[in-house]
Amino acid sequence: MNRKKNWEQILADDRTVSLFVVGLGFACGTLLVLLVGKNPAGMYQAMLQTLTGWDITRKVWNARYIGEWLTASIPLILCGLSMGFAARTGLFNIGAEGQYIVGLTAAQFVALYFPPVPVLHWVAALAAAGLAGALWGGIVGILKARFEVSEVVATIMLNYVAFFLSRWVSMAIPGANTYRTPNFPPTATLASGFLENLTNGSRLNYGLFLALLACLFYWFIIEKTNLGFSLRATGLNKEAARYSGIPVTRSIASSMIIAGMFAGFAGAAVALGSFNYGRVLGGYDNYGFNGIAVALVGNSQAGGILASGLLFGMLASSQPLMQSRQIPKEITLIISGLVVVFISLRAGVKLFLDWRAKKATRTGGRSNDE
Amino acid sequence: MSDLFAMLPSILMIVAPILITAVGGMICEKSGVVNIALEGLMAVGAFTAATLHYFLEPATVLSVWLAILAGGLAGLAISLIHAFASISLNANQVISGTGINLLATGGTAFMAQIVFKMERTMPFRLGMMPGFGGIYPTAWIALGVVLVAWFVLYKRPFGMRLRACGEHPQAAASAGIDVRGIRYVAVMISGFLAGVAGGCLVLTQTIQYTIYTINGAGFIALAAVSFGRWLPKGIAGSSLLFGTAVSLSIYMVNIPALRVLPSEFFSVMPYIITLVTLVLFSGRDYAPRASGQPYERS
Repeated sequence: MNRKKNWEQILADDRTVSLFVVGLGFACGTLLVLLVGKNPAGMYQAMLQTLTGWDITRKVWNARYIGEWLTASIPLILCGLSMGFAARTGLFNIGAEGQYIVGLTAAQFVALYFPPVPVLHWVAALAAAGLAGALWGGIVGILKARFEVSEVVATIMLNYVAFFLSRWVSMAIPGANTYRTPNFPPTATLASGFLENLTNGSRLNYGLFLALLACLFYWFIIEKTNLGFSLRATGLNKEAARYSGIPVTRSIASSMIIAGMFAGFAGAAVALGSFNYGRVLGGYDNYGFNGIAVALVGNSQAGGILASGLLFGMLASSQPLMQSRQIPKEITLIISGLVVVFISLRAGVKLFLDWRAKKATRTGGRSNDE
Repeated sequence: MSDLFAMLPSILMIVAPILITAVGGMICEKSGVVNIALEGLMAVGAFTAATLHYFLEPATVLSVWLAILAGGLAGLAISLIHAFASISLNANQVISGTGINLLATGGTAFMAQIVFKMERTMPFRLGMMPGFGGIYPTAWIALGVVLVAWFVLYKRPFGMRLRACGEHPQAAASAGIDVRGIRYVAVMISGFLAGVAGGCLVLTQTIQYTIYTINGAGFIALAAVSFGRWLPKGIAGSSLLFGTAVSLSIYMVNIPALRVLPSEFFSVMPYIITLVTLVLFSGRDYAPRASGQPYERS
C-alpha cells in the first residue's frame, strides 16, 4: 500500500514527469535512429562533445563547443520564459516567434542608427528590443482582454505579420540587400572578448548574463510580487480571481507585455550577440516555437526553464556534429517534437490519477457504511 | 483586370490546397476540436506524395492520384496522435497540435535524408497536368470538397450530430450521440484533407518537397476558417481572397501597376485581414461554442 502511494506521488510531481517525458523522447529518437540503420552511439557522442567539448573519437578537447552550446541556449531560455510567463496566467503564447522577430528588428535598427557611444549603444538596442517585443505581446494581451480574441489565433497571425514587416523595413535600410544590412559599429554588439577567450573563440557573449538575469527577474515577479500573485490567480481560475477583486483584464494584458519583452530580448541577444550585421530574415529562426517546448518541459518555473533551455540548446548546437557522424541532424527536431507530444499526453496521467482517486473514495465510502 | 484574369489559373492553383485544408479545419472545429497542426499535416502529406510520385512516375500514369491519396492517408495517420491526445486524454489541444507541427518539420526532413540522402525529396519529372483553360484539377477537387462538406454538414444527420458535438457536447451526449467517436472522425477527416492538400500543393506548385514547401499555407487555412466564420461558403470566399493575396505576392512582378508595393504587402494581407475581422466580429458567436474544450464524461 505504501509503495503504491509513493508511485502515485511520483506521477503527480511535475518535475519527475518532465524528466520521464524527456527520457521517453530520447528513447524514441534512439529507436528511430536504430530503425533506419544508423548507429545511435554517434548521436550520443555528438551530445557529449557539445556538453563537455570532449571529442571521444578523436580524443581532443575544445572548449569552443561548450561556448556554442551556451550561445544556442540563450534565445531558447528567453523564449521559454516568454511562453512560460504567459502560461502562468493561463495564456498560450505561440507568438514568441513574432515577438522575437520584432525584438531582433528593433535591435538591428538601433544598432545601425544610434550614435556609437560605448555601453549606451547596446543598452539602447536591448531596451528597444524589449519594448518592441512588449508592444507585440501587448497587442495580443489587449485583443484578448478587451475583445476576447483567442490569443492562439492572434499570435499565429502576428508571427507572420512580424516576419513580413521585418523583411519589408530591413530591406528598406540603405545598403541592404535581400539577406543582410551593412555592418553594425562594434559598440552595438554584445560580443565579449573575455567569454570568447574562455571558450576558445566561440560566439559566447554577454547575452548569457541577460538570460540568467531574466530567469531571476521571472522568478522574482512570479513568486515575490503582488503582480505575480494576480497573474497566477488569473491563470488558476479566472472567475475566482475576478470575484476576489483581481483586475483580470489588466493581468492578461500585463502578462502578455512581459512575455513579449522576454522574447524581444531573445531577438536582441541573437541580433547583437551572434551577428555583426543586420539580417533580412529568410524564414523563421524557430527559437520562439522551440521556446514552447522549453517552457512545457520546464513546467513554466524559472529554474525548470533554465534547465530545459540548456537541454534544447544542447540538442540544437549538436546538429552539425551529428550530421558529421552520419546521423541526420533532424533527429533533434524529432526529439523536441516527440517531447511536446508526450507532454500533451501527460493529461492522461492526470486522468488516470483522478480515476484512481475516485475509485479510492468510492471503496473507502462503502467500507465506512458497512 | 485582364492581368488578374490571365492569372486565374495560378490563383486557383494556390487557392485549392488552402481551401481543401480549411474545409478540414472547419469540420474539425465544428466538432469541437481545434487543429493547429494543419501546417504539419500538410507537410506530411506533401512529403509522402512527392516521394511516392517520384518512385511511381515511371511505372504508371495514375501515379499523381495514388500519390495524393497516399498523402491523405499519411495526414490521417498523423492526425490520430492529435485525436488520441485531445479526445481520449483531454489533453490541451494547442500543445498536441504544436507538437505535431514540430514533429512534421523534423520528421519529413529526416525521412528525406534516409530515403534520398539529402534534406529534400528528389525532384520528379512531371507533376500534375493542367486541364481545361490551364486550370489544374486540384481546383475541381477543392470545389467538390466544399460542396460535399456543406451537404454532409447541413443536410445529413451525421453533419447535424457533428455540429452538436461542437456546440454543446453534453446535450449531444444526452441525445445519444457518441461525442468522442464523432470527434475522432472529424479529426481524421481534417488530417486526410490536409494531407491531400499537401499532395496537391507539391504536385502543382513545385517539383520536390523541402521543409519550405508548405510555407505557412496551413496557417493561412487556419486564418481562412476564422475569417470565413466557420461556414462553407465563407471559407470558400476567404480562401479565394487569401490565395489571391498570396499569388499577387508571387506574381506581382508581372503587373506594372503593383510594382510600387513590396511583395511583403500582399504576403501580410491574409494575416492582417483576419486579425482585424476577429476584432470587429468579437462578442458575436460565430465560432462553435465548445471548440477547443475537451469533453469530459461525468
